[in-house]
Amino acid sequence: MNPGARKIVPKPKALNCPSCGSAIELRAMGAAAAVVCSYCSVTLDATNPQLVILQRFEAQMTVQPMIPLGSRGKLHGAVWEVIGFQQRGINVEGTNYFWREYVLFNPFKGFRYLSEYDNHWSFVTPIPSLPVPGVNNYNRPTMTFDGVVYDHFQTAQAYTWFVIGEFPWQVKVGETVTAADYVAAPKMLSSETTENEVNWSRGEYIDGKELWAAFQLPGTAPPPVGVYSIQPAPVEVQAAGRPWKLFFLFAALLIGMMIFFSMRALEETVLDQTYTFQPLATGEKSFVTPPFQLKGNSANLRVEVTGELENTWAFFGMALINEDTGQAFDFGRQISSYHGVDEGESWSEEDKHDAAILPRIPGGKYYLRIEPETEPPPAGASPLSVKPVKYSVRLIRDVPFYFRYFLGVFLLLLPLPFMGRKRNNFEQTRWNESDYGVPPNSIAWQANSSSGDDDE
Amino acid sequence: MSQPTAICPNCGAPIRFRWSSAIQTTCEYCKSILVRHDVNLTKVGQVADLPPDISPIQIGTEGTYRNTAFQVIGRIIYSHDIGAWNEWHLLFSNGSNGWLSDAQAEYAVSFLSNPDSPLPGPSEVYRGFQYTQQGVGLVVTSLTEANYEGVEGELPFQYWDKARCPFADLRSQDGRFATIDYTENPPLLFLGEFVEFESLQLKFLKEFEGWTA
Repeated sequence: MNPGARKIVPKPKALNCPSCGSAIELRAMGAAAAVVCSYCSVTLDATNPQLVILQRFEAQMTVQPMIPLGSRGKLHGAVWEVIGFQQRGINVEGTNYFWREYVLFNPFKGFRYLSEYDNHWSFVTPIPSLPVPGVNNYNRPTMTFDGVVYDHFQTAQAYTWFVIGEFPWQVKVGETVTAADYVAAPKMLSSETTENEVNWSRGEYIDGKELWAAFQLPGTAPPPVGVYSIQPAPVEVQAAGRPWKLFFLFAALLIGMMIFFSMRALEETVLDQTYTFQPLATGEKSFVTPPFQLKGNSANLRVEVTGELENTWAFFGMALINEDTGQAFDFGRQISSYHGVDEGESWSEEDKHDAAILPRIPGGKYYLRIEPETEPPPAGASPLSVKPVKYSVRLIRDVPFYFRYFLGVFLLLLPLPFMGRKRNNFEQTRWNESDYGVPPNSIAWQANSSSGDDDE
Repeated sequence: MSQPTAICPNCGAPIRFRWSSAIQTTCEYCKSILVRHDVNLTKVGQVADLPPDISPIQIGTEGTYRNTAFQVIGRIIYSHDIGAWNEWHLLFSNGSNGWLSDAQAEYAVSFLSNPDSPLPGPSEVYRGFQYTQQGVGLVVTSLTEANYEGVEGELPFQYWDKARCPFADLRSQDGRFATIDYTENPPLLFLGEFVEFESLQLKFLKEFEGWTA
């Protein structure tokens, strides 16, 4: 034959089922080993032009494939045609769990599979290499393939319940293989072992919506039920899996802001005065300070009051007044100092210093009006026995303000325990149906294994 | 380079050899299986109708394996209980020959190798048997009792009358592959690796109605 000669393999002719006479469409260009009649479920030898009957059986169940045989769709860069469908099941403690497999065919690339369980789908590719067996830190079996460590999920006898269409092996209802699954979401490694053969494949979780679009199926993909072994954690759960990462990210952001703004802060002392107040004095107590300039458009103003007191308190009613507009900011500060001897023990309660920050004071020329007040002296007290209160007032324009950043960091910490729990809940649900019932990094299994509870 | 030519002893058609070392070929016209003795060809059998074609590869297909170009010049077809597969005989541009096996579009390239440790006998081998060859750990993953279904084109040995062909397929953890062929005594070892269809950059493939490569 000359290179380049065109040899076109025609579509296989339609054949009739030798058992029931229905038309059987062969789609795999002769690559399939078996074909199962969609009408009477007889298994035929697809490699034999006469379609010799391999197996007859009474259908125990009928399952309708969600993706009809003959559908074509583009997945993972190639066009695939659905040529076969089977329902398989495992029995765990008396309960049958069923899943469905679709055989995909491309004459150049061979066979792939779609596996569906509770409307969770995965795209399965046979792999020629042997994964490397191992155990994790909790003595649970693992398989490593292509640098990814997969945790053992389940080993069970898989029984074939229902088959239609073409298969690359001589599929039979009643066929049993030992199926083992190892998971590293969103991927799964699976082995199927018979006496003479072990086959490995790798499955990858695929969204039903993606399949419905690829195969142009009517309607929408039925919603998945529960958490599947290789289902990727939803975005919010994935974020929940990295709570510390997020915490450090935002905390760093806050600290960055704090450094930035404190470096820009002016910290200019605009007023620093010391005054004396005589409690016995009569007349108007309030007075005003000399005017001072507050720079900038809008910034905070720190007010500090420090006093020398003895067994008394002092309250300062203050008003920051804009000389030009007359706008006033009213506030008050209190200081106190008490000490004494009680039952031979001396005590003191001092609060001689008080400070406050007035936020967002517009720039301009201001003065401060101060009205001091203190405990009224006892009636008839001699002026000599009542000490004057000496105090100083300091105003600082544009000071760095740290408290809100620390508050922010603290608030960031609050959701962490809940986020961790959300992630753990998802992983726990994922591993519920495994042979272990708990995730692979769970200490709980180790406790069980030492008492011989596992069936490995 | 002129290729050696001969005449089919059965029908007189010209037989063109692509490979000077070929021992056996088939006549394109009368399907006689011809074995070469010096310059003469002897008819040793007749190829029955080949089973339906299941491979995109055909005689004349060209490709590249590890930067060496090859041409497909012959094949052996086997069947077993999970279907049929082809062993395509490859002639490389450097003069060496090898095999491209196509088992349901799972492709592997292998070469006849001298075993550096004794091969397990046909009664000693079992699934799971571990065998080290050239430092590579291999495990027997399948035992196959294949049926010889036919031959086509040029082959490096006489291969036409075998019926039962026991094989052991071995795999490694890194994509290596080996076959022990128990049709010969001592058995033959083929060592190679699995390859991606795309990586072979095949040209002159068959076409499939309704499909594009």
